[in-house]
Amino acid sequence: MEEALTLVIATLAATLRVATPLVLCAMGGLFSEKSGIIDVGLEGKMLMAAFFAAATASLTGSAWAGVGAAILAAEVLALLHGFACITHRGNQVVSGIAINILAMGLTVVLGTAWFGRGGQTPPLAGTERLNPIFFPVAGDNILVYVALLSVPFAWWVIERTRFGLRLRAVGEVPLAVDAAGISVSWLRYRAVLICGLFAGLAGAYLSIAQNAGFSRDMTAGQGFIALAAIIFGRWRPVPAFGACLAFGLLDAIAIRLQGVKLPHVGEVPVQLIQALPYLLTLFLLAGFIGRTVAPKAAGVPYEKEH
Amino acid sequence: MQELTADAAIELRRIDKSFGSVHAVRGASLRVERGSITGIVGENGAGKSTLMSILYGLHRADAGEILIDGRPVEMASPRDAIDHGIGMVHQHFMLIDSFTVLENLILGAEGGALLAGGLAAARAELARLAGEYGLAVDPDARVADLSVGEQQRVEILKVLLRGARILVLDEPSAVLTPQETDRLMQILRLLRDRGVTVVLITHKLREILAVTDKVIVMRRGEVVAERRTTETGAEELAELMVGRKVRFDLDKAPARKGETMLAARHLSLVDGRGVRLLDDISLEVRAGEIVGIAGVSGNGQTELLQVLSGIRPPTGGEMEVCRRKVDAAHPVDPAEMRDLGVAHVPEDRLRQGLVPAFLASETSILGYQDREPFCHNYLMDGPAVGKYCSDLMERFDVRPRTPGLRSANFSGGNQQKLILAREMARNPRVLLVGQPTRGVDIGAIEFIRRELVKSRDAGCAVLVVSVELEEILSLADRILVMFGGRIVGEVAAGEADERALGLMMAGARAA
Repeated sequence: MEEALTLVIATLAATLRVATPLVLCAMGGLFSEKSGIIDVGLEGKMLMAAFFAAATASLTGSAWAGVGAAILAAEVLALLHGFACITHRGNQVVSGIAINILAMGLTVVLGTAWFGRGGQTPPLAGTERLNPIFFPVAGDNILVYVALLSVPFAWWVIERTRFGLRLRAVGEVPLAVDAAGISVSWLRYRAVLICGLFAGLAGAYLSIAQNAGFSRDMTAGQGFIALAAIIFGRWRPVPAFGACLAFGLLDAIAIRLQGVKLPHVGEVPVQLIQALPYLLTLFLLAGFIGRTVAPKAAGVPYEKEH
Repeated sequence: MQELTADAAIELRRIDKSFGSVHAVRGASLRVERGSITGIVGENGAGKSTLMSILYGLHRADAGEILIDGRPVEMASPRDAIDHGIGMVHQHFMLIDSFTVLENLILGAEGGALLAGGLAAARAELARLAGEYGLAVDPDARVADLSVGEQQRVEILKVLLRGARILVLDEPSAVLTPQETDRLMQILRLLRDRGVTVVLITHKLREILAVTDKVIVMRRGEVVAERRTTETGAEELAELMVGRKVRFDLDKAPARKGETMLAARHLSLVDGRGVRLLDDISLEVRAGEIVGIAGVSGNGQTELLQVLSGIRPPTGGEMEVCRRKVDAAHPVDPAEMRDLGVAHVPEDRLRQGLVPAFLASETSILGYQDREPFCHNYLMDGPAVGKYCSDLMERFDVRPRTPGLRSANFSGGNQQKLILAREMARNPRVLLVGQPTRGVDIGAIEFIRRELVKSRDAGCAVLVVSVELEEILSLADRILVMFGGRIVGEVAAGEADERALGLMMAGARAA
């Protein structure tokens, strides 16, 4: 009995650990998408942030410096995305993909040049990492709590504040926002910057909290899973949070299942288990969503003169 | 200008604006007196909307001056216009469908970083305005669930809530029933009496004559005339707008009806979500008559045309097209319809009538591209197509007469003429026309209507769907009124009166 309870608690803790970067990323992406800027580049921002967090923490010995560098790195990419999509009305998906490719390449190149470990940063320990606060076994570092708080925060900002009202409006009918005397560009830039902040935190979590250093391509598609969570959550913070937890749980179960022999089947191949979250994404995206409720102007550059 | 400048709420001086190679406004100057209703009339593309967008800060003028209450001002963005007390009700509403009325009202004037206070204040203010002007709207309703008339009311309330002293309305009645339009006119008079300056942009002369104090006429980007409303009339204004005499009455001989070419019996259409778009539609169109379908936009007319033209199969009932039976089990596609002799001029010109990026010559054969002489053995015959297009352009007065020009580069009226030419050139037995003159200027309207009557006289069965009641009244031999996906009334053209039709269009009365 006690063993079962321990197993459940351990699985839940693992769920939360795995879900934290997804939640942070999803809340950030939510702000961007609500404003009408699709952010396929979450993955790249998170990866870049993870690299700079680990690199900075390793060089300075301070985890907090690492967090700061992560946010800065993600914001630079966010501004790049904003510059391409808002100022120059470029294609948002193309810009996002470009950011992903840039991050994938740049982290490896810089990592190899600076540390010479095949793209990895030196292992981090002690104050170079964000360590658990209350339960050392559960891995409840500060960013886990930040992620949990980010959900009600996002809900409150979007539903209860002036900024949120304008954000929702600009993602639906930007022309109406313009006609109401509000700058469409400035609103969208702010949304993109908030997104960068959260993606930065998510990246820092990966390399200096959950893991002890950066390894190449360590985001492994989590930015895209966060994007999927936004869609399952129908662009609302609480359901998106639920979707992140579901992915986290699936991942946690997958880790538990590795090496376990199932009756009649035998050992389940690791690759199949690891593919589960992605398969779920595919199935949910294909069938479960039904009618879309995406912000109407998502992906459409705002052009005043026609 | 003998009056004092200080009496003018708005004064525009020599405003000039070009979009690329299009010179939209050419040195336009005008004055709007405080506390008056001023109409600005002109054909589509005359520059009236552009001029007002400049006043509202949505576009920047290339040259010229704007004076509000006699003081020169800079209108860099709508913010400036709002700060100077200008409010605008746009032709396409600037509302967020998924928001409540209240949320829409406070957007841009939230009264603080948190919403709660602003929402409460707006709710109180709304109740006051509702009492004062009779502008009642449910503050908690979602805008998507409101009728078009109510949405417009929200737009006007939005402007009043910001304390605007100058109200600009761009084609406000384009989407309203006659009754809703009358109600709007009452509200505008009430606003004027309370000291609000109203500018009304429209191409409907009836409204101008009914409600304005002064009329400004624009043509090709210029202000060409200014009249006291009491000292002018529809004929003079129309002439000023077009630059030549215009005949309003379409003299046509009585219809000589032949056999039934198109019949629908108990047609219904239910969409994937179970919404009943068409409900028990029965109608027939005979050779040699024009049947007009009147109704406020969005009451099933679009779907009816889709079903009749074979784009969507009906889910119930049947129809007979040139003796071919069509029902849910025996659907028909638009190509077969075309072979049967049915031609269709769709409502949505740019999405269904043509491909904007295609050349005019390609547009002129769209749907007929696999026939001789345009195509032999899978290869297109460019010169033949070009020649054919030139002939059509000549016959239907499409300008410019350039088959090699992209379709998108023609004006709305000329695009429409090209599509009509394409569909009518084959002497169809049934002609379905949706919104024949939407976005078309007065000169072309006259031409298009005459062509439709000519086609009728040649023995074609013509079905015209239009949201312009005046158009239905002038064209149709028989009028059917649609409301909520049903046909709610039928009137012979001679006995039609606008008021009764308006009530039917609003679903208030069945004939």
